[in-house]
Amino acid sequence: MAEHSHPTPKLYAVIVSCLFAGTILTVFAATWELHIFNPIVALVIATTKATLVILYFMHVRYSSRLTKLTVAAGFFWLLILISLSLTDYIPRILQLLR
Amino acid sequence: MSTSQTTTTEHHPALAHQFDDMAQQQEASTFGMWVFLLTEIMMFGGLFTAYLIYRLKYYDAFVGGSSSISIPWGFANTLVLIGSSFTMAMAVWAAQKGKRTAQVWFLIGTMVLGAAFLGVKAKEYYDKYDECHIPGHVIGKGFNAWGGCEAKNPKLGNIADEIRERDPKVPETSAVQTAKRTEIFFSFYFAMTGLHAFHMVIGLGLLGWLVMRARRSEFGPDYFTPVELGGLYWHFVDIVWIYLFPLLYLINRVGAKPL
Repeated sequence: MAEHSHPTPKLYAVIVSCLFAGTILTVFAATWELHIFNPIVALVIATTKATLVILYFMHVRYSSRLTKLTVAAGFFWLLILISLSLTDYIPRILQLLR
Repeated sequence: MSTSQTTTTEHHPALAHQFDDMAQQQEASTFGMWVFLLTEIMMFGGLFTAYLIYRLKYYDAFVGGSSSISIPWGFANTLVLIGSSFTMAMAVWAAQKGKRTAQVWFLIGTMVLGAAFLGVKAKEYYDKYDECHIPGHVIGKGFNAWGGCEAKNPKLGNIADEIRERDPKVPETSAVQTAKRTEIFFSFYFAMTGLHAFHMVIGLGLLGWLVMRARRSEFGPDYFTPVELGGLYWHFVDIVWIYLFPLLYLINRVGAKPL
């Protein structure tokens, strides 16, 4: 437990400011005409915010390798769930891009 | 309790006998909590996947439904929930540092922000009720997004008109057709935000329990696992909302006023 030194309040304040900024940015980005990139930008911002929460608020950055592996396995499984369910749609989307 | 060991037999009262020391106990608890959270990820993941498939199939209806939800309220609620994650993280920090008073107040602050979130959510649900946007015909006046809803402001509930206002080239019949299909969007809206709100209610219960234990000075530098795990749960619920906000409120707002 000794090496699990948790972040300081100052770092938490920086993280929460980034999360607020990301929320403001995602609202404005939704009103810009970015065509196919609108949903991509929204998801990139959301994923960045989620990563900050996981790494700092949830202390995964300071956790053991077992915890890191567990978290990574969860998100890997989620990707399988989403991508295999979309196997019918992915080729059609790629066709649209051609 | 074994007293035959030559090393000290004095140990923390919270240490369960199957663990060597507090660090091992905390590691096991954290691992167990994350395994639980993975099942939560898969449960919400199923909803997100279904949402994605229907969004690809009925994109226009999803845009129409999404545009009828209030950005300012959703935006404010996102800030409130992120703020509550911050106070929760601070509560864990205070517990670890043995600052009892600060810890209790950070936990209470988290509860206040969580309750504020649920209050705003209730207001948004009521608006949807008033606008006849609740799917099905059991609750309220029945689903009607193409006119004829006796809302306080009947304009708000008419998604067919909204669609034609944004793009006058859309024929009326197809705008009405799209408005009828927003029912599937609202089904996802209520299922996803409802399951999320249900998690918030459970979280408030957990926080209340943590406040009581914190007041009894049960947590300190050696033992703060319940606060840490409560925090993991609360932050997980925050992450779900971080995705729900853009996916439900901001599907396509091109040209709209941001706030």
